[in-house]
Amino acid sequence: MKKDSWIASPFMLWVVIFTVVPLAMVCWYAFTDSTGAFTLSNIEMIGSYWGYLKDSLVMGAVATIFCLLLGYPVAYVMSRANWVEQQTLMMLLMLPQWMNFLLRTYAWMTILENNGLINTLLGKIGIGPFQMINTKGAIVLGMVYNFLPYMILPIYSVMEKIHGSLFEAANDLGANRFETLRRVVLPLSLPGVITGITMVFVPSVSTFVISQMLGGGRNPLIGDVIERLFVGAAPNYNVGAALSLVLMVLILISMAVMKKFDDGEETGGLMM
Amino acid sequence: MKILSRIYTGIIFLFLYAPIVVLIVFSFNQSKSRSVWKGFSLRWYENLFRDSMILEALRTSLAVAVIAAIASTIIGTAAAVGLKKMNKGLRSVMLTLNNIPMVNPDIVTGISMMLLFVAVFATTGLLHPGFGTLVIAHITFCIPYVVLSVMPKLNQMNPSIYEAAQDLGCPPFKAFMKVVIPEIMPGIITGMMMAFTLSLDDFVISYFTSGSTAQTLPMVIYSMTKRRINPKINALSALMFVIVLTLLVVINLRQINDRKRQKQEKF
Repeated sequence: MKKDSWIASPFMLWVVIFTVVPLAMVCWYAFTDSTGAFTLSNIEMIGSYWGYLKDSLVMGAVATIFCLLLGYPVAYVMSRANWVEQQTLMMLLMLPQWMNFLLRTYAWMTILENNGLINTLLGKIGIGPFQMINTKGAIVLGMVYNFLPYMILPIYSVMEKIHGSLFEAANDLGANRFETLRRVVLPLSLPGVITGITMVFVPSVSTFVISQMLGGGRNPLIGDVIERLFVGAAPNYNVGAALSLVLMVLILISMAVMKKFDDGEETGGLMM
Repeated sequence: MKILSRIYTGIIFLFLYAPIVVLIVFSFNQSKSRSVWKGFSLRWYENLFRDSMILEALRTSLAVAVIAAIASTIIGTAAAVGLKKMNKGLRSVMLTLNNIPMVNPDIVTGISMMLLFVAVFATTGLLHPGFGTLVIAHITFCIPYVVLSVMPKLNQMNPSIYEAAQDLGCPPFKAFMKVVIPEIMPGIITGMMMAFTLSLDDFVISYFTSGSTAQTLPMVIYSMTKRRINPKINALSALMFVIVLTLLVVINLRQINDRKRQKQEKF
């Protein structure tokens, strides 16, 4: 039977050529200069981009926290609803996600603009105008709006599997609603929370579209810097590759930390 | 409590839908303004269908998505079948590599492939950035989703039916096509649909891998938003929303009906 595994060879070839080799090239560019000689100067350059990197991490984290706080209750309500309601809510949740995220972000552009809908309406009652677009707040709003369903869905799919008898058992043992939530639902939903956090954090930290559309290029994130270094007027693949490498490593580290946290909680739950 | 949770869910869904409703309403606005209503008009829809750049981009997007979906489904399904028969060590290595495009930020996937295409073009003159590289890039990020949607179906399958078919004299390839493929078909279809929609929706990876000769619809949308005011985008959004809404409602009603029928059959 083992010989049948040749059928996976196109896949293996494809993955090696178009996934492994490109990543190796990112590493190679990150550690060489324009002549191809080994250098650490690209990595040293990262220090001067630290501000962008920090902004991205902070804004990504804030957006992720908002998504978690807003999305967790929605996931809970959905998981407790009856089947038809669940299907309907699920559809309503997915529907905006099927529209391209550029269009969803554009929608906010038109609303937040200086002469956009909110400022026009506020003007009618004599308030404002407020500067909303091209601020950090607008970027975080764009992240939350675009990625909130990515937080709700994994939490919901884990919660939905929590058997009703667990609620009854908790109730029989004298737990009130809040205690049931804290000691039954919360620990069991943790794997979904972890997935949700990574699914929101990774695209938020690495975005360049949201920051360009809602931040007007005035609050560039690390994604914008990388984009400029690759397709901008003065490209520098080497520094761009070094920054990408750092971004990748940071994300991998945060994912590993989350994973660890997840495992720890599970064993902790068992010991209780 | 029940009422509170309903209100809360309502507010969140309002948050999700309000911008889209605003977008759609103003797609029918007579004037260019996106905040003041000047009367009903369909002129932005007319303009949209006369915009040859948008129509060309739509064709490119659909062509890339169809090719990428078919190619990634074939490669991914074969991969899932082969991976199952591979020794454990190699399989776990391959599965880890398979996950890379899914966990990596799109921008890193995009620039890494861009580096490869640029280098290959510079040294051999092959792979000129354009339609071809776009297709390659899309196949690359679609394959992992196909593999992951076919694998569970293969694991659920009873391996003896394949052996039984061969014991009954069916040659291996025919047995595979007649027995294994129908068993895992739901996974293949799911994978193909995922690949198609992911490809159609992708902006970031296309942006870095397409060069200047091929533009997908999201890329045109992006360049349009750079010039800010453009109600054609509203019209386009409204159309896409209606199409997606119809599709999802049809699929959902079918699921609900299926469920009802299953329940009736039980009794």
